[in-house]
Order: sequence, then structure tokens, then C-alpha cells
Amino acid sequence: MTAIDMPAPRAKSRFWRKFRRNRAALVGGVIVAFFVLLAVAAPILPIADPLATSWTAIRLAPSAEYWLGSDEIGRDILSRMIWGAQASLMAGVISVAIAVMTGVPIGLIAGYFGGWTDTIISRFTDALLAMPFLIMAIALAAFLGPSLTNAMIAIGLSAMPIFIRLTRAQVMSVKTEDYVEGARAIGLGHLAIMRRYILPNIVPPIIVQATLTIATAIIAEASLSFLGLGQQAPAPSWGSMLNVAKNFLTQAPWMAWWPGAAIFLVVIGFNLIGDGLRDALDPREH
Amino acid sequence: MLIYIAKRLLVALPTLLIVSMLVFGLQMLLPGDPVLAMAGEDRDPETLARIREQLNLNDPLPVQYLRWLGGVLQGDFGTSLRTGQPVSELILQKLPVTIQLAVMAMIFAALIGIPAGIIAAVRKGGVLDWTANIVALSGLSIPNFWLGIMLILLVSVNLGWLPASGYESIFVDPVRSLETMIMPAFVLGTGLAATLMRHTRSAMLGVLSADYIRTARAKGLTGRQVVLKHSFRNALLPVITLSALLFGELLAGAVLTEQIFTIPGFGKLIVDAVFNRDYAVVQGVVLCTAVGFLLMNLIADVVSVLLNPRMRAAL
Repeated sequence: MTAIDMPAPRAKSRFWRKFRRNRAALVGGVIVAFFVLLAVAAPILPIADPLATSWTAIRLAPSAEYWLGSDEIGRDILSRMIWGAQASLMAGVISVAIAVMTGVPIGLIAGYFGGWTDTIISRFTDALLAMPFLIMAIALAAFLGPSLTNAMIAIGLSAMPIFIRLTRAQVMSVKTEDYVEGARAIGLGHLAIMRRYILPNIVPPIIVQATLTIATAIIAEASLSFLGLGQQAPAPSWGSMLNVAKNFLTQAPWMAWWPGAAIFLVVIGFNLIGDGLRDALDPREH
Repeated sequence: MLIYIAKRLLVALPTLLIVSMLVFGLQMLLPGDPVLAMAGEDRDPETLARIREQLNLNDPLPVQYLRWLGGVLQGDFGTSLRTGQPVSELILQKLPVTIQLAVMAMIFAALIGIPAGIIAAVRKGGVLDWTANIVALSGLSIPNFWLGIMLILLVSVNLGWLPASGYESIFVDPVRSLETMIMPAFVLGTGLAATLMRHTRSAMLGVLSADYIRTARAKGLTGRQVVLKHSFRNALLPVITLSALLFGELLAGAVLTEQIFTIPGFGKLIVDAVFNRDYAVVQGVVLCTAVGFLLMNLIADVVSVLLNPRMRAAL
């Protein structure tokens, strides 16, 4: 390990100490872990088939048999909620992964090379940011066609400019540091400098932004599915469950209670973790 | 000041040009032949040829783009495939509805978010600060379409206080208009109120620890005078700028709110266009939204300069 890498582990341990002390972030972590566990364990949990209909159990209120009630064609809402968690969480994580994997390299190039490359990328980013996130996602989903995969691509591409801008700003502050100049002086190539000296130093703010963007992406997926542009019937997702539930508000209000409450909880969980990570990284909080 | 505005407009021009390219490029995403997608069930070769001719799809791409841009610059966004109406006419019809909704939502957001932010900052670390923070976090995390559904269930279905859907122009029947818009405006304003609360609190905390506030207190001014006369005025500047920048969020939120409350506005126009495969309308709405967003950015910059003597002096 070289001298220039020395402060990193100390800063890292201080960061984790601060993050672990944040009770709100801990609550967020527990909420998210609960939903992730449910989503992962869905195939082995003793629950009904989420697609199995029953004409004798149409729109039944919550009971001992149907804990969260049943829907308009007699499907078990609890089972659809648990399987729906898979779609919602997967959409949140995959769309943010798309945004990070496309946005970070572009931002890295813009910030590192500067000049015309930066000007062109920045104008392109400004243009993308001028189109509101959800409107852009709706337009993209409309042209790509309605499906969960296309919704994830649409959300990922709509969130990409946030990561381009963030990465560019971080690179610009890091690239003038002595250790980057030193790496350049010993003759390392651009790619090696970006990979070994710049990228590791800009990862923390990207993680914070990614966590907060997962929350936004989960709401965006639910919104697209609510509009009929995301998960398609009969596969369950919280947004599409709400889309159907709004037609049965007077007859079966429970159909609308649970999916919305689940989105709310999981989004609050990711927001709490994101806020906690941001506070732990903020030097003013030391 | 005029030179400053002209400079800012000049900077916005390349961005607008790229926005126009991106919006035009959206149709390239259509899988397969776009004409087949636009024609829907009607696969008659004559119809396909007519659409191709109508949309100038036989020309090279750059020519198509320049022709489309030329039309847009003259206010011609194309024709709706479904209604046959010019897209610009449709947008002008729907825009006032969404503007009314957005203005009412902003009023709600300011009435809730700004006082809550001030109280939270003044009582930092106390019960009120804690409560305001939890409410703001909830406001940011609640999906507004679910909040809308729950309010319809409670206020309209169970209590029967307000209509669940519908719209009336404020110029035709103001009372009925307010009745139908109060709930959607509240739903749309919730997330904004949370954002405004967080920013007001943060701006107030910054100002409250400034030297001149300490001086004002030392001079013997009351807490209320210090907060309202000295701190709030200075903390208001970033909040006003933020309000203008939240315009994009308002329009995006309006898409879902209008869908839930069946309000015939800009947001409902884009959703209906998506389902009717009316791509010219989708392009028109996205382009108008982006232009509106850039315009609000410009207004936010100008207002910041007008309100801040230091920035004015630097011009």
C-alpha cells in the first residue's frame, strides 16, 4: 500500500462508526432488510399461488384465511404483495444499476478530460435534466413498449443524468489532488489513473446518491405500473395492484391499503439509509 | 440586467437544441417500423404509405429532423393521429388546467412547508423539529397516487365532503372549481411541502447562526423580530429559487394526480397519448415541458439576482 492510500481505511472506519450510530438509518436498514428477505424467500414461503384465482373468494375482507384479503378475481393479496416485492425491489435496484453503469463512466470522462468533451457531455446532460424524471420515463416506456424490463430501462436512462453530473463534479475536485498528479508523473495511462486513483475516491457520494435514487426508482416503477406501462397482468407488482384497486375503492378498499403502504415503507427505508449515509460522509458532522 | 438575461438565454439555446434532438429521436426507439406501430391494427398498404408520406418518413433522417424543427419553431408540433387536431392546439387547451392545479399545489406547499421549516429551525433538536422532520420524510416517501386514492376513499367515499373526480374551469364556476381541485392540489403539494420544509429549515439554520443575527439579539430585539425580520428574509432567497426549480417535479406529479382525479390537463394528455400511440402528442408534451423547465430555471436565476443586492452588484 502506498502512502497516498493511507488515509482511506481510517476515513472508512470513521464513516461506518458514524453510520452505525445513526438510529434512523438503522431503522431504515431493518425495514429494507425485511422486504428484501420477503422478496427472496417468496418461493419457499407457505403462501398461496399469487396467480391462482378463486371464484368463491372474490373481494374478501382480511380474515384468518386471507390475512390481507383477496382481490377482484379471488387471488390472495398477501401472496401477491410478497411476490410484488420482488418486482418492485428488483426494478429499483436494476434501474439504478443501469443509471450508475451508464452515468458514472460518462461523468468520469467529462470530468477527467474537460474541454470540449466536457462541454458536449454537459450540454447533453442539461438537456436530459430539463425533461422531468417521470415524464421522460413515461415517454421512453411509451416508445419502448409497456413491460417491466422496458420500465426499468426507461427509469435507468431517466436517472442517468443525475449520476453524470455528480460523477463529473466529484472527478473535477479529485483530479487536481497531488496523488493524481503523482500518478500522471510516473507515466500511468488515463484509464489506469481513472480506475486506480479517481474512481475509488468518488465512490462514497455515488453510493449515497444511488441509495436515494433507489427510493425514487421504486416510486417511478410503481407509477409506471400504476399507469399500465410497467409490470403487465397477471404478474404482480405493487403499482399494478394499485392500478386495479382504484376501480374497487367502495367495494374492497383493502385492495388499495396494502400495496401503497408497502411502497411507502420501503421508500422511507431507503430514504433513511440514504440520509444516514449522507450524514456519515458529511465532514461538517464530525 | 437585460444583458444578463440575454446571456442566460444564449446559454439555454444549445440545451434546447439538444432537447429537440432527443425528443425527435424518441421515435427511433419504436421497435420495428414506426409506421406499423402508428397505424395500429390497420395494416392496409395504402394507409401505411399515406402515413409515411404524411410524416415525411421517406426523407433522410437529418432532413426529417430539420423539417420537424422548422415546424416546431413556428408552433407546429404536428397533428394528433387520434383526434386530427393540431398538437399545439391540444396543449394550449390542456395547459391552463394543469397551471391552475400547479399554482394551487404550490400555494399549499408554501403554506405548509415554509412555516414548518421556520418552526423546525427555531426549535432545532426539540419535539417540533423532530415531528416536522418525520412529517417531511413521510411526505417525500409517500407515493402521491396512493395518497390520492386514500383521500378519495376517506374524504369522498366515506365522508362525502368533496367530489372524487371532475373539473370545472375557475372562470366558469369558481366554487365548483375549487371543490374539485382542493384535494388534487393537496396531493400534488405534499411532496413539494416536504422539500420546501427541508430547505427552509436548512436555510434558516444557516442564517440563525450568522453574526448579524447575534448582533440583532444583542441589541435586545425579541425572538419574533429576529426570526421574521432578519432571519426569514435572508433565508427566503434560496427557497424562492428552489420553488421555481420544483416546476419540473410539479408537472411530473401532475401526470399521476390528473390520472387519479380524472382532471383533463397536461398530464392526462400525455398518458392518453401514450395509450393511443399518439406519438406526436407525446413528443409535443415532452418538448413543452422541457422548454417550461428551462424557462423556470431562467426566471429562478433572474429572481435570485433581483432579490440579492450582492449578486446585483456583481453584474
